[in-house]
This record gives sequence, C-alpha cells and structure tokens, in this order.
Amino acid sequence: MQPESIRFKELAARALADEPLQRSMVATGPHFVLKRAKARVALPEFDELRDAARDIKNHVLAHLDVYLEKFEAQVQAAGGHVHWAATAEDARAIILKIAAEKRARIITKGKSMVSEEIGLNEALAAAGHDPVETDLGEYLIQIRGERPSHIIAPAVHLRREQIEADFRRVHDQFNPARDLSQIPALVEEARRVLRQKYLDADIGITGANFLVAETGSCIVVTNEGNGDLTRLLPKTHIVVTAIEKVVPTLEDASTLLRVLARSATGQDFSTYTTLMTGPRRTGDPDGPEEFHVVLLDNGRSNVLGTVFQDMLRCIRCGACLNHCPVYQAVGGHAYGWVYPGPIGSVVTPALIGIENAANLPNASTFCGRCEEVCPVRIPLPRLLRHWREQEFEKHLTPPAVRSGLWAWAFLAQRPGLYVLAMRLAARFLKWRGKNGRIAILPLASGWTRTRDFPAAQGKTFTELWRERQS
Amino acid sequence: MSARDVILARIAARLPGDATARRAAAVRHMAARSAHVVPLRGAGDSGHRITLFSKLMIGVGGTVDQVETLDDVPRAVAAHLGAAGLPPVLRKGADETLRHLPWPRPPGLPLLPAPADPADHTTLSMAFAGVAESGTLLLLSGADNPATLNFLPELHLVVLPAARLHGCYEDVWPLVRARFGDGHMPSTLNMISGPSRTADIEQTIVRPAHGPRDLHVIIVLGA
Repeated sequence: MQPESIRFKELAARALADEPLQRSMVATGPHFVLKRAKARVALPEFDELRDAARDIKNHVLAHLDVYLEKFEAQVQAAGGHVHWAATAEDARAIILKIAAEKRARIITKGKSMVSEEIGLNEALAAAGHDPVETDLGEYLIQIRGERPSHIIAPAVHLRREQIEADFRRVHDQFNPARDLSQIPALVEEARRVLRQKYLDADIGITGANFLVAETGSCIVVTNEGNGDLTRLLPKTHIVVTAIEKVVPTLEDASTLLRVLARSATGQDFSTYTTLMTGPRRTGDPDGPEEFHVVLLDNGRSNVLGTVFQDMLRCIRCGACLNHCPVYQAVGGHAYGWVYPGPIGSVVTPALIGIENAANLPNASTFCGRCEEVCPVRIPLPRLLRHWREQEFEKHLTPPAVRSGLWAWAFLAQRPGLYVLAMRLAARFLKWRGKNGRIAILPLASGWTRTRDFPAAQGKTFTELWRERQS
Repeated sequence: MSARDVILARIAARLPGDATARRAAAVRHMAARSAHVVPLRGAGDSGHRITLFSKLMIGVGGTVDQVETLDDVPRAVAAHLGAAGLPPVLRKGADETLRHLPWPRPPGLPLLPAPADPADHTTLSMAFAGVAESGTLLLLSGADNPATLNFLPELHLVVLPAARLHGCYEDVWPLVRARFGDGHMPSTLNMISGPSRTADIEQTIVRPAHGPRDLHVIIVLGA
C-alpha cells in the first residue's frame, strides 16, 4: 500500500469535514480514556509496572541479537520454522512461497499491524489466494477496502449504519429483510460468516504481541478468540511479526501483559492470551501441522543505537492515540499509512523515510499526554522533536515555516529587539481584541476560521516577570 | 549472506559492548527469571484467591460454581445444563481426572471424544491452573484437553481444583517448567479470562464474538 503520509494536512482537513467520522470520534474517544483511568486506579502497582516494562524492553533492545537467536533456536526445537525478512518485500515473498506450496485458497488472518505494514493482503490476493480478516474490526475495513484507523480498534471510525449497509451489500446469502438494526445482530452475522471461513481455511496467519525467547512461544492476545481459531483450525499456521517483539522470559512477558490490556482497553487481562509454541505434538488431536514464524526487520535495526531507539519499546496498545488531541480530531486515516497517532508519527518516518512523512512530526501540540500514558514510557514528544529537526535539516519544511523560524531565531538572538517586538505584539493583540477574544487575525486565519483567538492582556511575559520580582 | 545473518550483523553493529558480554548478560537475565513487580491483590489464602477469581470472572461475563469434591462435578454439570435448558451432551478430551469422575451411566450424559466439532454445543476441560489476580484460567493443549474445545462450542465448562488456583502468573510458570522441562511448552497454552467478546462496533461490548458464548467455571474446593 502506497503511503500517503506526506499529504497529512490535506487528509486532516478532509477528516475534519467528514461528519460520520467526527461523530464516531466524539462518541468513542472518551471510552478508551475512561476505561484506562479506571484500570489504573484499580491497580496500585500500575505505574511501577510501567517502569518495569520500560526496563525489560530496554534490556531486550540492548541484547536484541542474543534474544532473537535464542527465540529462533527454541521455535526450531519445538518443531517450527523461522524465516528472517530484511524488508517488507522479503516477508511477502516468504509467505507467498508457503501459500503457493500449500496451494492455499482461503487464508484466515488474525489482526496484525505488521501484516498491514507489509501489505500482505494485497499480495496474497494478487497471487490468487483469498485472505479473510477474522478480527471483527479488521473484517469490517477489509470489506470496505479501507485501512485500519486505530492500532487496536481498526474500525473505530465507522458508525453502525455504515456497517449495516456493508453487510447487506456483501452478505447476499442472507434474507434481505433481516433485522440488522442492533449491534449484536451485526456481530452474530459476522460470527456465522467467519466461522465457516475458519473451517475452510488452508492457512491461518496471525501476528504476535510478544515472542518469548526462553520457550520460542509467540504470544497472541485477542478478546474475540479469532486468533486462536485462525491458529488451531487450518493445517498451517504462520506468525508474521517484527524483531523488537521478543522478550526474554515468561516472567518478563507477564509484566508486559499486565500493562498491555490495561493501557489498551482498561481490561485486567485480555480475554484470550495464548502462548503458541510450534505445531501440534505427536498425539495431539488438533492444532496446526506446520508452524512458521516470519521475523521482519524492515528498517527497525537502523533505529537501534540512535536517538530514536526508544520507539522500539512500543507494545502497540494504542493509549497514545486515545489520549492525543490531534488523533481524536482527525482519526487514523489522516496519518496516511499503517500506524497512526503519536507513535505512528514517530514510527512512520523511521520505516518509510522522513521525506515521505515530513508532516507527521508536526501533527502534535506537544501536550505530552501520550508520554504520560505510555505503558513503556516512550518519550514521544522528544522523538517527534528529533524528527522535526531532521525535517528542517533536510529542507523538507515549507518555505513559510522556514522563514517564520528564521525570523524568530533572528529576534531570539537579539534580546533588545526581542523585548521590543514582543511588547508591540502584546499591545497589538490587546488592541485587536473585543471582550478578550479576537475573531479575525492576520496570518492566523487557519486558527480564527473555526474558533476565536484569546486576546493578550497588553503586557509581555518579561514585563510581568519584572513586576513580580520588584 | 542470508537475511538472518544480515539482520543479526546489523543489530550487533549497532549495539554497545562486545557480543560475548552481551551474551553473558542475556544468559544471566534468563536464568534469574526475575518476577519484577507482582501486584499484591492476588496475595492471600485460598479463600481470598477464590473470591477474587470469581469476582473478576463474573465481572467479564463468566459464571462460577463451587462444589466440594471432584465426584460432585458430574452432578454440577448436569444441573447447569438442565437449568439452561441445554441438551445433556458433552465433548471432552482424554483427561484422566475427568474420565474417572462418576458420570451417569449411558445414556445419562453422553460424553463425546475430542477434538471438538463445529456443531458441538458444550465442551468440558480440566484447567491446568487458575490465576486470581486477573480471573484467568490456564489450559494446556494435547490429547487430554484439546485446544479446540476452548473455542468452538457455545458453552465451555472448565473444572478448576482450588489447589490449582494461584495468586499471580509468576506462581504458575515454575509449574509449567516442571511439567514440560525448562524452555519447553505444549503446542498451545491458553490463558482465558471470560467468554469471547468484541467492542469493535462503536466500542459497544457484545458477547460472543468468535469463541464461546458462555464460560462456566466449576471450582472444586476439596481438590
């Protein structure tokens, strides 16, 4: 899938004018925030667990090669196969080869952001396979031909009415007069349709939340149980995942699992947390006969040892999206690629190049809520600032912004002139205001078009500071 | 160079310290199996663990029953199915404990052999363990309790002896290691905390999604 992140401004403007999207964001946004807050209050050790989670991930990244080798050896010891993919193209080729060997028709899929990252569905379909997403949210966007708009709630941008219309269009095997006016009826219909797909599938593909080096286990977390049916029913199970997801031990995984669900949905634990280790054993009556793990790099190793390394701690809970005023205003599609929100604005430039995502680091007010809620304490505003520096150094910043920054730097380096300019600006903004508000402001029409600008009180910060000091 | 070697070399080149020291540190970390931060909520006697487990399981839509001994399990199963108006047919694996329970003579409660069939209404499993801190069941795949039993039916019944209910996950991992050997696992280890659900449409929680509609846990106090 072609990234469109470079068009963030245009896509964001379109999103702000999209009525159903705006209704969805307003209706669902506060849910996530409230549920996480409740889960945090219910567990006194929560913030301590976040420190431990951060430390575990830092330790993993500092010893990443060792843990990956150990993980590989343990998967093989359990009878599984490990494939290494340096690029998205390599990962697709590995999976396509297995699918061709198995002459796979239907391929069921558990939710996987890495599979979105490598554009797996398009590749499978182009090769004549029939990939079917089984996570309800992923299924909804698949039948609409859309991308996920949220890391854990891919269809959060959709309203019930839209989904009803899609089901009537796609599920033409059912009575057109059936009642789909309630959400449970929609879920029940998806359950019926997808249950048959699980049974018919030749291959199941899932992602993984964590990889346990000690045991060679892939941990997959769902609430629906779709990941498990995707693994257990077809003859071949492929896990497509990325190198930074490895953790050393079951104890380390436990700590991370404790913060994952709470940060994501406010649950104590996801409904299904499954440790998948190799294929079925001799004597097992069920489970896959073949088990493959595809380990994707795709630019991640280049981030190691740089100022951006902390992004690799991410466990994809989505909390930073839920708490971001920019994401909540424009939704996920405006970010133009796979990973939206603050973490998306940090990860996307690393994976597709800052020149293809130059606008994303600016999609932030630097309010800091993302860092405040991150379960592994990624300093997202700092990483965004580093990207802005790179954007500027590589001359990707628009001319108007560059000259604005130049003007500010000119003033900031000349204190006398700076104080004078600020004083003039403060007086101007007071003069311009009516009842403390400014309705129309030159050079700031983008702001005043949708809301008033607060009028200044006539004195600069420096002046007020002096008065308080004396 | 293979993709594997390229990726590993790229990682090694970017990490501080030499490979030998890194390897030694990783081996130490794995051997330590440090428990980090364990929430206090799971700590307490068996009664506390049962209360907490039941509260959390019921809170996410599961149901919990208590019986005194393993011999009471068939009666509790029959009563649960009867009360729900369900057909008295069960599918289960080869688990020894379950097999030796005093099931009613045929055709009292037909027991079908695993693996699960998509048409099954009810399945029965023996839990390997339970974890009180999050109301979680642990089940191990294999002939005794095949993993499909946990996902295909409408109703999943799970027997949990009280002695197997622990406070936290870290209490259970040593038992898994003791059972399979260090570094080894069953093909599938399921941690289950309630019946299947989704909130993918308008953040409204709906049960079930793809797995069982109902999860019923029978805690055996004297086992």
